[in-house]
Amino acid sequence: MKKLLNTLFITQPDVYLSLDGDNVVLLKEQEKLGRLPLHNLESIVAFGYTGASPAFMGYCADRNISLVFLTMSGRFLARVIGASKGNVVLRKKQYLLSENESLSAKIARNFIVGKIFNHKWMIERMTRDYPLRLNVDQFKEVSQHLSSIMMDVRVCEDLERLRGLEGQAAVSYNALLDQMILQQKEHFHFRIRSRRPPLDNVNAMLSLAYTLLANDTASALEAVGLDAYVGFLHRDRPGRASLALDVMEELRGIYADKFVLTLINKKIVNHEDFLHKENGAVIMTDEARKKFLAAWQNKKQEKITHPYLGEKISWGLVPYAQALLLARHLRNDLDEYPPFLWK
Amino acid sequence: MLVLITYDVSTVSSAGQRRLRRVSKVCQNYGQRVQNSVFECVVDAAQFATLKLKLMDIIDPDQDSLRFYQLGNNYKNKVEHIGVKESLDLEGPLIL
Repeated sequence: MKKLLNTLFITQPDVYLSLDGDNVVLLKEQEKLGRLPLHNLESIVAFGYTGASPAFMGYCADRNISLVFLTMSGRFLARVIGASKGNVVLRKKQYLLSENESLSAKIARNFIVGKIFNHKWMIERMTRDYPLRLNVDQFKEVSQHLSSIMMDVRVCEDLERLRGLEGQAAVSYNALLDQMILQQKEHFHFRIRSRRPPLDNVNAMLSLAYTLLANDTASALEAVGLDAYVGFLHRDRPGRASLALDVMEELRGIYADKFVLTLINKKIVNHEDFLHKENGAVIMTDEARKKFLAAWQNKKQEKITHPYLGEKISWGLVPYAQALLLARHLRNDLDEYPPFLWK
Repeated sequence: MLVLITYDVSTVSSAGQRRLRRVSKVCQNYGQRVQNSVFECVVDAAQFATLKLKLMDIIDPDQDSLRFYQLGNNYKNKVEHIGVKESLDLEGPLIL
């Protein structure tokens, strides 16, 4: 398995990235902030309207270092992708399958099975760990409900119906998310998912976590030679990395939601870390974003055993492992796409 | 793994000065300069082998010297820094 390299986050808006030899040089008003050898880096995430020299972008594209630009509030701006390399045959197969609704559904349902399974596990785990602080009956009920939806999903061959089932599962899971927040209740609560802009503290963090995860997944898919923009569950839309969103479904709860819950429950963030704008939007302060990214990076370094591969990998490589398995399925090396079932 | 590279390149002749510049340039591509003529490089075995070959190509073994200290993967408790210009931890969270 490939080694997980580091990610460089740039959180200041006025830093320019340039190339010198095999180093990235960070310039602030013509002054050198620092230089880093690029062979230690897997990806670079720049917040704010940071510039980068074309030579640097070319180098990153060439070496498969993902270079992503986000706005200061963490909204996606652009990703630098080089010439499509790798496997044409694999990509053509992907396009062919995505054109066929019922074949797409067969792949898409496995993403959803993974998603619901992981949500169910999170709920079960919470009831086991905090039986006195939660409404156990409600949790058990939802868990059973998810199990029954999962049965339907496993045999579903229609994309529209699949979306309906996914929506049902999401609604009952979201209803419990607020109860999973155990600490700092007065400032952190989850009622409804809001985005563009996020309207409360929890949604602000969820948005950032999903953006980071989507970027990681998209680069993982590109790395194994798939087209991140052609999805099975999510249909094609210009500028949307549909396949990345597909693969991400199973990781949303277990990776992103759980990460945000941990930040709140361990009091790593508090209410002073958020700014409330006049239009109701909530964004994280610069300091808070740094804490968030540091914790995110540490989470990525944590080692787990992949439930399907049985290999020890770090959390940060999970999107890559899933991309690899998906590619194997498209090549007919695997009969079905094995979702990431985490327990 | 972390490799510490130190070098002494004789600069009495202009050819020596040229070698010094080239050595430092190659080292810079693989790691960070922690002191004059001292570099810390986080590399894997293959990268280390290429780096070593590149450097051996440049230096003049009659006048210059190169030293490689291999600190392995668990180098964090082997390095202590006192004073200015602390180096970046290339494997920890990089947030600037």
